[in-house]
Amino acid sequence: MQDVTIHITDRDGEKHTVLAPTDMAMNLMEIIRSYELAPEGTIGICGGMAMCASCQCYVTSKHRINTMEDEEEAMLSEAFNVKNNSRLSCQIPISDILNELEIELAPEC
Amino acid sequence: MIKTDILIIGAGPTGLFTVFEAGLLKLKCHLIDALPQPGGQCSELYPKKPIYDIPGFPEILAGDLTSNLLEQGKQFQPGFTLGERAETIEKLEDGSFIVTTNKGTQHHAPIIAIAGGLGSFEPRKPQLENIDMYEDNGLAYFIKDPEVYRDKKVVISGGGDSALDWSIYLADVASEVTLIHRRNEFRGALDSVERVQELKLINKINIITPAEITALHGETKIEGVSVTKDGETKTIEADAFIPLFGLSPKLGPIGDWGLEIEKNAIKVDTVDYQTNIPGIYAIGDVNTYEGKLKLILCGFHEATLMCQSAYKRLNPGKKYVLKYTTVSGINGFDGSRKESPKAVVKAIV
Ligand SMILES: Cc1cc2nc3c(=O)[nH]c(=O)nc-3n(C[C@H](O)[C@H](O)[C@H](O)COP(=O)(O)OP(=O)(O)OC[C@H]3O[C@@H](n4cnc5c(N)ncnc54)[C@H](O)[C@@H]3O)c2cc1C
Ligand code: FES
Repeated sequence: MQDVTIHITDRDGEKHTVLAPTDMAMNLMEIIRSYELAPEGTIGICGGMAMCASCQCYVTSKHRINTMEDEEEAMLSEAFNVKNNSRLSCQIPISDILNELEIELAPEC
Repeated sequence: MIKTDILIIGAGPTGLFTVFEAGLLKLKCHLIDALPQPGGQCSELYPKKPIYDIPGFPEILAGDLTSNLLEQGKQFQPGFTLGERAETIEKLEDGSFIVTTNKGTQHHAPIIAIAGGLGSFEPRKPQLENIDMYEDNGLAYFIKDPEVYRDKKVVISGGGDSALDWSIYLADVASEVTLIHRRNEFRGALDSVERVQELKLINKINIITPAEITALHGETKIEGVSVTKDGETKTIEADAFIPLFGLSPKLGPIGDWGLEIEKNAIKVDTVDYQTNIPGIYAIGDVNTYEGKLKLILCGFHEATLMCQSAYKRLNPGKKYVLKYTTVSGINGFDGSRKESPKAVVKAIV
């Protein structure tokens, strides 16, 4: 599969359905940035290194995605507005298993 | 009042390289940065990570790049105002500017180069009721003078290096140190984690995990904090509360300077990276134009073109001919002179 469909609710509550390529080593944060679903400077501040939590999102569909590494878990333990379904979108690589994934961006912090 | 030719706001890689390029044109620079150390994102976010796309360096640590840039600029004797945020700008009748920081330090220059990157790094504040009221009244996001905490009851929250390091340091200064973190695990240098563990065992640090600060108490200053652990809340006495949750960049006051802003960045003319206000330039990550890339090498390029334009602005009658440093060498403001060695020319008979 070349592209997967992802449903993203932005910080204003607006829903967007976007196509994400699976063959460009992108992560979910980069997809959100490339579709400009959050203003510049409010997402991806650490460049995707699990060091800022600006890319936090809530996974609202029942997909079984990659499990969290220690770094992601540690960052989320320091972040604000964290829920049980919180993930750092920069730590979610785009792959076939994400097709029809639904996420919501966490508030800006 | 600090006077200079080019006042640079932001001491990230772009600002630091501007010192060198301006120096070649005999222009003196002064830099302001909200952070206590130069280097911008490189030193604040990823000093120990390697960068692979600096031309000529197959690999260089971000911290080493900062040190090299400082070394390269040193001969042009830049001035620094560190730990202060550029807050206001005033244009004088002669076209020059006065920039004042949040601490009231004034700087006067005919040219302003905004190299503010993503913005000034501000502490991430936990969402607690009335938190603003307690700021500087027992609540601090940075520790400037640890002596302030001598014999006080201090509560620190956070789970990273700063929270660990300051808990260790204050264990010998404060009468009581309580470290509160949402997880049982801390992420920091292994020796700091171990040291905190040792201090806990000898009752020099109290650790409450997994727990969260949920309220602040005190009429006019911090007198206590509420800590919630396993659904139960208790209040502990405290003279000081230090939340250490890292920093987040914000464009901040520069956004109100009358500059044209687009997508959280300053619009510039790509001829020389000047903004809509003549004499104010914006270079590096802080600017935007068609095709903009937020990369260190792009900031270096923009700084170079900007300095040429600033020179022309300051010396309207003079013509400047671009010189290669290999040919012309470098005359530092400190009297130093660097020149490539000349080959001995032998007469051919
Ligand atoms: C994790 C990560 C990895 C990266 N990797 C690379 C890479 O491999 N290659 C690459 O080319 N780029 C990389 N980048 C991007 C690179 O770091 C930036 O392009 C670069 O730092 C921009 O430099 P700058 O000097 O323009 O701004 P910054 O480095 O952001 O510095 C701006 C400075 O201005 C200060 N400032 C802002 N406003 C004010 C104010 N009002 N008053 C006082 N001070 C102020 C800030 O405190 C800051 O110190 C990476 C970025 C990150 C986060
Ligand atoms: S971009 Fe910083 S944690 Fe994801």
